[in-house]
Amino acid sequence: MPILEMAAKFGVYAVMGVILIFALGVVTLRNLFHCALCLAAALIGIASIYVVLQAEYLAGVQILLYVGAVVTLVIFAIMLTEHLAGKTVRQNNSQSPLAIMALLGFMALIGTVIVKTPWPVTPAALASKVSVMGLGKALMGAYVFPFEVISILLIAVLVGTVIIAKKDTPERS
Amino acid sequence: MIPPMLRGIEFNVDMIFVTAKAWILSLLAQFLPAWLLVLASIVISGVVILCLGPVIMMYLTLLERKLLGRIQNRYGPNRVGKWGLLQPIADGIKMFTKEDIVPANADKIVHLLAPIVIVVPALMVFLVVPFGERMTAVNLNIGLLFFIAVSSITILPIFMGSWASRNKYSLLGGMRTAAQMISYEIPMTLAVVPAIMMSQSLSTNTIVLSQVGDYDLHWYIFTPWGIVGFIVFFLCATAECNRPPFDLPEAESELVAGFHTEYSGMKFALFYMAEYMNAFTLCAIAATLFLGGWQGPFLPSWLWFFGKTFLLICVMIWFRGTFPRFRVDHLMGFAWKFLLPLTLLNILLTALWQFTSNLAAWFWSILILGISLWTLVKLNRTFVPEKRHYPMGN
Repeated sequence: MPILEMAAKFGVYAVMGVILIFALGVVTLRNLFHCALCLAAALIGIASIYVVLQAEYLAGVQILLYVGAVVTLVIFAIMLTEHLAGKTVRQNNSQSPLAIMALLGFMALIGTVIVKTPWPVTPAALASKVSVMGLGKALMGAYVFPFEVISILLIAVLVGTVIIAKKDTPERS
Repeated sequence: MIPPMLRGIEFNVDMIFVTAKAWILSLLAQFLPAWLLVLASIVISGVVILCLGPVIMMYLTLLERKLLGRIQNRYGPNRVGKWGLLQPIADGIKMFTKEDIVPANADKIVHLLAPIVIVVPALMVFLVVPFGERMTAVNLNIGLLFFIAVSSITILPIFMGSWASRNKYSLLGGMRTAAQMISYEIPMTLAVVPAIMMSQSLSTNTIVLSQVGDYDLHWYIFTPWGIVGFIVFFLCATAECNRPPFDLPEAESELVAGFHTEYSGMKFALFYMAEYMNAFTLCAIAATLFLGGWQGPFLPSWLWFFGKTFLLICVMIWFRGTFPRFRVDHLMGFAWKFLLPLTLLNILLTALWQFTSNLAAWFWSILILGISLWTLVKLNRTFVPEKRHYPMGN
């Protein structure tokens, strides 16, 4: 159905535009809390693009990890530092021209890579779809060693957190 | 005359809603082009869900007030309409006509956005709820992950509301909400894992289908890991939608009304609506995962589904009528020191259940569960905290 495909295409471009607006908000707004909310909105928008590209699992994990956990952590940190939450802060300082130059260089690099890559479209690549089951089998089969290394790292981090957060033995004065 | 689209669809009570939708679509097909018909199909499902959510919320408030009334030995609302059936509509009119008060120092935009945003995830999770046989609005193959992910967004609008109000009670309520919801999300997600393991699917529809058996009573709750998973999931669900005894974020006696202290009129009603819709969807998912969803003998599937869900909601209301509120440290300790180890053990137990014979598995499961429960209760025994000394106190 060409009309629906057309509408979907326009919808995707509209979503991309909205993501860009929110992403600009993240780096230009004066209030840190507003920036964090814009970041959440931009991340949700990216998840919706994943859905359009038929990567539903990635979209779900994106929302669960980035919006549900990372942004919440950011907001938590902002709210714990009470003086920061209500204040407006400058988003740029004297080093911004340098940063813009570095950014332009980086964008040129990425741009050349994108242009030079042939992006081959083969029928096999179009037909293959990463399923949750396939991911699970890969993690338990071919990639079991990195998976275990990551889990050991996570456990080390958890134990470390508990030890740091543990109450010190009270010193009687 | 039977329209062409209806051939092959049997006419019975079980399929009454599916048939109704197919009938409307076949009626529309006579004067709409094919591409508009696809949209019409989406719009029908969408409109049904958009109406279902608020209507369920309205009558849940009535059910809750009636049941709480009976628990407290009084009648509950009975003046507006027969048995107070028009009470929710009267409440709605009252909410609409109330003055909308915004605090002078509030962050106007965020204050306005918070109650609007909170309804969106609450309505979106309705998409993957299997209301009956062939009655899932969108049969996503990651249905359960979608549910967990979307319901985790609910923290953000609560934060927005509590921060934008510039009120210390709101802020305290918001901080408590975040701590509570993040903590209880972990055991809730882990409690779901056994059901995913046994049905080998994340799709809510497939999970229901995998619980089919003799008389459609092969529900996961009738296994040792199922009942542990169900109890943990249900407790976490009660905590996730901030209902008593886990209602610390809005504890009336401590924080006025927590994160929605500064909201009035329809904005307050939207917070309320999201809370009740979340309670409904969480009970619906609990019924889907462990109580066999729409499976059941004799009655039509959608009746089984709504019966199970409303039974769970009545249990939630019963909790509210009988349990006192948790203390903050008890609340956190319960999630991290009791529910989390229990769910991790439950996942191992499910694997054991999968690979051993039936009778021996029952014996070992109950033995392991009994020992671990005893150990966890012993480890979590009440203790008198050390008295704090404040040097500047005197």
